[in-house]
Amino acid sequence: MNALDWLVLLGTMLGIAAYGTWRTRHTDNLNTYLKGSRTTKWGTIGLSVMATQASTITYLSLPGQAYESGIAFIQNYFGLPLALVIVCAVFLPIYRRLGVYTAYEYLGRRFDTKTRLLGAFLFLLQRGLQSGITIYAPSIILSTVLGWRLDLTILFTGLLVIVYTVTGGSAAVNLTQKWQMAVIFGGMVTAFVVLIMRLPADAAPIAGAMGKLEAVDFTPDLERRYTFWSGMLGGLFLSLSYFGTDQTQVQRYLGGASVREGRLGLMFNAVFKVPMQLFIVLLGAGLFVFYQFQPDTPVFFNQTEWQRHAAGPHAERFRAIEAEHAVRHAEQLARIRAWVAARDSGDAQLEAQARAEMRTAQAAVNAVRAEARAALKDADPRAKLKDSDYVFITFILGQLPHGVIGLLIAVMFASALSSKAGELNALGTASTIDIWRHFRPLAAHDEARNVRNAKWFTALWGLFAIGFALLVSFAENLIEFLNIIASIFYPALLGVFVVAFFLKKVGGSAVFWAAVAAQTVVIGIYFYGKANPAHEIGYLWLNPIGVGACVLFSLVLQALIGARGRRATA
Amino acid sequence: MKDDPTQVPASEDGAEEPGVPGFRSWRGVYAFVLGLFVLDVVLLAAFTRWFR
Repeated sequence: MNALDWLVLLGTMLGIAAYGTWRTRHTDNLNTYLKGSRTTKWGTIGLSVMATQASTITYLSLPGQAYESGIAFIQNYFGLPLALVIVCAVFLPIYRRLGVYTAYEYLGRRFDTKTRLLGAFLFLLQRGLQSGITIYAPSIILSTVLGWRLDLTILFTGLLVIVYTVTGGSAAVNLTQKWQMAVIFGGMVTAFVVLIMRLPADAAPIAGAMGKLEAVDFTPDLERRYTFWSGMLGGLFLSLSYFGTDQTQVQRYLGGASVREGRLGLMFNAVFKVPMQLFIVLLGAGLFVFYQFQPDTPVFFNQTEWQRHAAGPHAERFRAIEAEHAVRHAEQLARIRAWVAARDSGDAQLEAQARAEMRTAQAAVNAVRAEARAALKDADPRAKLKDSDYVFITFILGQLPHGVIGLLIAVMFASALSSKAGELNALGTASTIDIWRHFRPLAAHDEARNVRNAKWFTALWGLFAIGFALLVSFAENLIEFLNIIASIFYPALLGVFVVAFFLKKVGGSAVFWAAVAAQTVVIGIYFYGKANPAHEIGYLWLNPIGVGACVLFSLVLQALIGARGRRATA
Repeated sequence: MKDDPTQVPASEDGAEEPGVPGFRSWRGVYAFVLGLFVLDVVLLAAFTRWFR
């Protein structure tokens, strides 16, 4: 990065944060602080919902995932449009009519205090744990490739977001997210255009022939992680949980000027989310083709990690792997060119043969990459083996002109700040409304004290996230583990809301214990799958199972409670 | 059980017009959005088949 990159990076990041802080510095009304300005239009809500959902991992890791495994991940979002329609039709009007600040406040009104506290507790538990990762995950990647100090990167990101989120609350979050999304869109489109200009004319057929453009898979296989069916059903429940019951999202659309603005904001996401994710995974498929034509494509994209070990006692093995990769990579490129020629010749038999040879060459390259990972693990069992996160950043730093590099690094920070701000805002709100006000009911009418406490809670969650990111050395599998934790806890929570909305006869005690039992079932299935990999199911399927269990147990328990009540009366 | 907030008055339950040109009800908006999604899937399936 040169001076121009730094100017673009700091100018956009500090400029947006300062603008958000200054514009919302006089926010002292509880409604405005927690829900944002009541004049917020659907465009701002739509962008805010999108910005909260998409963290740096979306822009940094997804292209890498598509580079590695193709664009099938897009199916994960297939349940989202229908989920958003359900949220618009059922959840949003009820939240608005009751004038609640949090989704869990609704549970208190519909059921009882213990169910409300259970909902708030589940939310605070998973979001609190994830809050450290939202800062840590991008910081570790950017500090690794840019040579920055990890602790300073975490502190800069964390403190910057705390300043404007604490100052202006929801109003500041909505305002800054709009501008941050503008930076993100601008940067990603620029990177995409540069990439397209550098790809060969046959890039799409090459990516397709090498298995990177399989977007939809209709195979009814429970063990495949991403299929049309798991995306539709599992994705539907996951999206319903996230948009309907997770305060980070509920808070974004509750703040609209009217029900209409909230609905249109959500419909904006229902229409554009799938195309946006497609754009990001296609970028990854394009990167794959690009690097097939680069003679110096690294065997392992996290070059900092690679070079650290390549200079050690296993240097000879590492050099041999690099040499082997160079040979296999060149051979693969020759096979790709031969396939393109065979395809252009129009001879189907020749094309099929050339395609088979190309896939064999691709398998040979993959085998060398696997050997590289094995060598790293042998050299250091704690070495970071997932290099797909480093594919896009390698392209940014190596192929983009100065100024645009700064813009793309700004994209990564903007996405980290925008999702972090949404999280902190929601954590502060749920802590104030669902926990603090529960134990201090008399203080509920003191508006100034409520705002002051919401600011304190927001700051404390921000400091907790920074501390967590600084003190805990996350292993790669821990990051995945915490993502799975969220998938484990969402279903029971959504089950409680489904019962609340659709099963009017079920009461608080039945749904509370049903949620506890459903949670136990989901955890049991997850660990059974881990102990017996042959029977492990894709984690998306835990969502419909958990919701179904919670609904079923609620009905059974309510029937039992009702029967006991009738016997007692008799 | 406490109050039953699922009984939303008609004025709050989607009766408000969407105010989107060409749509007189929210049902129409939802149908349009889901129709677009079906189109997305069909195009993606065709895309997958074309480049396989």
